[in-house]
Amino acid sequence: MSLSSLWRAATQHRLFWPVAALIVLLLINVPFTPGFFEIHLKNGHLYGSLVSIVLFGSPLILVSIGMTLVIATGGIDLSVGAVVAISGALACLVVSKQADQNSVAGVLLSFGLALAAALVCGAWNGLLVARLGIQPIIATLILMVAGRGVAQLITGGQIITVNSDSYSLIGGGYWLTLPFSLFVVALVVVLSMVLTRRTALGLLVEAVGGNAEASRLAGIRSRRIKIMAYVFCGLCAGVAGLMISSNVSAADGNNAGLWIELDAILAVVIGGTSLTGGRFHLGGTIVGALIIQTLTTTIYTIGVPTQTNLVFKAVVVIIVCLLQSAAFREKAFGALTKRRNPARKDPGASVDAAPQLEVSP
Amino acid sequence: MAEPRPVLEMKCIVKEFAGTRALSGVDFRLFPGEIHALLGENGAGKSTLIKLLTGVHSLDGGTVSLDGRPVHITGPLQAQQAGISTVYQEVNLCQNLSVAENILIGREPVRAGRIRWKQLREQATELVTRFGLDLDVSAPVGSYPLAVQQLVAIIRAVSISDAAERRGAGGSKVLILDEPTSSLDRGEVEELFALMRRLRDEGMAIVFVSHFLDQIYEVCDRMTILRNGTLVAEHMVADLDQMQLVQLMIGKDLGQLEELSEHHAQPADGEPLLRTEGLGRTGGIAPFDLEVHAGEVLGLAGLLGSGRTELARLLFGADAPDGGRVDIDGKQVALRAPNDAIGRGVAFLSENRRAEGLVPDLTVRENIILALQAARGWTRPVPVSQRDELVAKYIAALDIRPADPEAPVSALSGGNQQKVLLARWLLTRPKLLILDEPTRGIDVGAKAEIQKLVVSLSEEGMAVVYISAELEEVLRLSHTIGVLRDRRLVSRIANGPDVTAGRVLEIIASGEHR
Repeated sequence: MSLSSLWRAATQHRLFWPVAALIVLLLINVPFTPGFFEIHLKNGHLYGSLVSIVLFGSPLILVSIGMTLVIATGGIDLSVGAVVAISGALACLVVSKQADQNSVAGVLLSFGLALAAALVCGAWNGLLVARLGIQPIIATLILMVAGRGVAQLITGGQIITVNSDSYSLIGGGYWLTLPFSLFVVALVVVLSMVLTRRTALGLLVEAVGGNAEASRLAGIRSRRIKIMAYVFCGLCAGVAGLMISSNVSAADGNNAGLWIELDAILAVVIGGTSLTGGRFHLGGTIVGALIIQTLTTTIYTIGVPTQTNLVFKAVVVIIVCLLQSAAFREKAFGALTKRRNPARKDPGASVDAAPQLEVSP
Repeated sequence: MAEPRPVLEMKCIVKEFAGTRALSGVDFRLFPGEIHALLGENGAGKSTLIKLLTGVHSLDGGTVSLDGRPVHITGPLQAQQAGISTVYQEVNLCQNLSVAENILIGREPVRAGRIRWKQLREQATELVTRFGLDLDVSAPVGSYPLAVQQLVAIIRAVSISDAAERRGAGGSKVLILDEPTSSLDRGEVEELFALMRRLRDEGMAIVFVSHFLDQIYEVCDRMTILRNGTLVAEHMVADLDQMQLVQLMIGKDLGQLEELSEHHAQPADGEPLLRTEGLGRTGGIAPFDLEVHAGEVLGLAGLLGSGRTELARLLFGADAPDGGRVDIDGKQVALRAPNDAIGRGVAFLSENRRAEGLVPDLTVRENIILALQAARGWTRPVPVSQRDELVAKYIAALDIRPADPEAPVSALSGGNQQKVLLARWLLTRPKLLILDEPTRGIDVGAKAEIQKLVVSLSEEGMAVVYISAELEEVLRLSHTIGVLRDRRLVSRIANGPDVTAGRVLEIIASGEHR
């Protein structure tokens, strides 16, 4: 009984289904990649599939965290992919112009300029949405399209390559045996959690997303809150852009961060934050981003034909989303559970009652 | 005389929410051709009972039968098909669709999968005229005032029942009206009552939920009284006087209402807390001059749409004025946004709880803390211990039920939600509290509590602007009464023994006084 109540408590935790989906996805890899879970220490660096997933998933996690806050205010940011490209292009341009590409000062300068550009992009989105009252999907669509153009202007239509060990640290380097990007992600995650939950920002964001007019009448400066969310999202995308360009030591205005906005939105939704705004869950978003990255890795390791990549990805995402819907689970498994345990009528009834409560507004 | 068979019978109804019993063993019966009042305080279980009938919630125990046959209502659609139609307290129409589309939504005349727009408009016009209204059915519902929207919602509900009748679906006809009159003015209420009486005479059974006891006595035949989720009594309206009824509803005698004797005539002098000069907004309210002193209750009386709310919103900075000035504490201030006003000690409880007050996703605690937190800014969160202490204090002081700060605010009854919003503002320790229809749609007990609260707040020196459609309430509480008519502040009179509802009504009607 205590075990089953423990199980019930676990399954009702917000993160249960996303985490379960992540574990299943990881397990699927085992038959295809022997030693999938193994981690080796080589030349003082940790190697292994799990490490790669986190390493390659770092930019997505960053972008998804920014996206979570924007979605929580009832908005959406389609321009993050373009901001990734702009930030990477600007940083690589600055580094490539340096006499000594390895100079730490030059690299820091490039970071500063790139992040400033990302901040301006976020502020632009925020102004369009909060000040001019343009619908977020349209307002950010502008920069999604125009931003790619800006990135190509910066790179002059070429792919800028850099040859700098200092620059490749942030996206491809190692520190204390771990990928350096892991530390950056950890820092941003901790920072955003502190920023939202140790201050009142999280509450105010959720209030604005939950009922904008009521929030205004309660004295919340909802415009300011929204602009802050878009600026934060832009900055996250800027850091992600640095990572992506640093990882390949090149800036490609055309393809850097292409479609990352869609992956980020998926990660947020899988993490349990509603697209209508209001309550948000950073922990869920991180799990969601890991699911998306694991899925991308899995597609390569199990050898899904390239042309069916996207379809495969879509199918898995649909399954994960359905699994998270209490109403769907009841329909799909409810009958099954009842048939298997006809004697357990009362616990069964209370399990059924819970999803109904969630569903009713 | 043998009683006719009830059209609807509910027996031993049980409903639980997350372990708390909303209804325990309630019986309810409804006869054809009667208007039946369902009465009780907030949280007594009226709304739950209605939602069970309309299929919004499902039963945890008990039986429902229609025309003697047991039925199992699984959703709003089945309820409609069985002949049970409902009009809710808060108008549930699609604001952006036309009147015609709203009335016939889900039942549009269709040919080969396409809606026949012309026929749709004709049918809607026919229905609207049948109910004695003159509307452009192709105009969006949102372009009409709330009162008209309410009538449209009723027309939709009634026409659904009519259609079910015509199809011969058992011929059972039940119409549920949940607080339909709370946003209507006197004339519109009369119109609604005429409609209800006609429907009753045609044999329809009507459930009427209202907090206006006078209206119950005016229009109802029978009543069922609930308290704390149990059935207290069922009576013919003629057999019970209002005093007995209120005692049954709140379960104690009415001393607490009586002790709140009329309280006026403390002459307001000295420097006003707030003064306006020529403050106005085109299309909202004509420029007005107003003074409110500390410790004064200024009542605003006037018909629905006379500009009461618009005036209050200007004082709070919720709308931007076209011209004029506001002085608070003798200094001119610019109220560009609500947070400007809040920063100067003004608080505003909106009449529209759902759209302009609550954040439904958040908990009771978060809703209560919201205004205080907004005033402190995001960088200075209210410390957890202080927050919990404040919230617990106000939950206890206002008797918010359930007394659980973690409960989602959307799960609370209307009266308790109102108290949550009051708590939100009291936490900011305002100098001027603007209450727009604070007692609308809440029960007698909570109403008395809120009125007493207003008195004690003003005794502590808080200035209160009190807006209510109920003249008695305004007269009982106010030191000064502002009368509005046609979006103009026409008169300000000091309250006193010689000021009666009749005199205020005269001013509202004639617009003359000085």
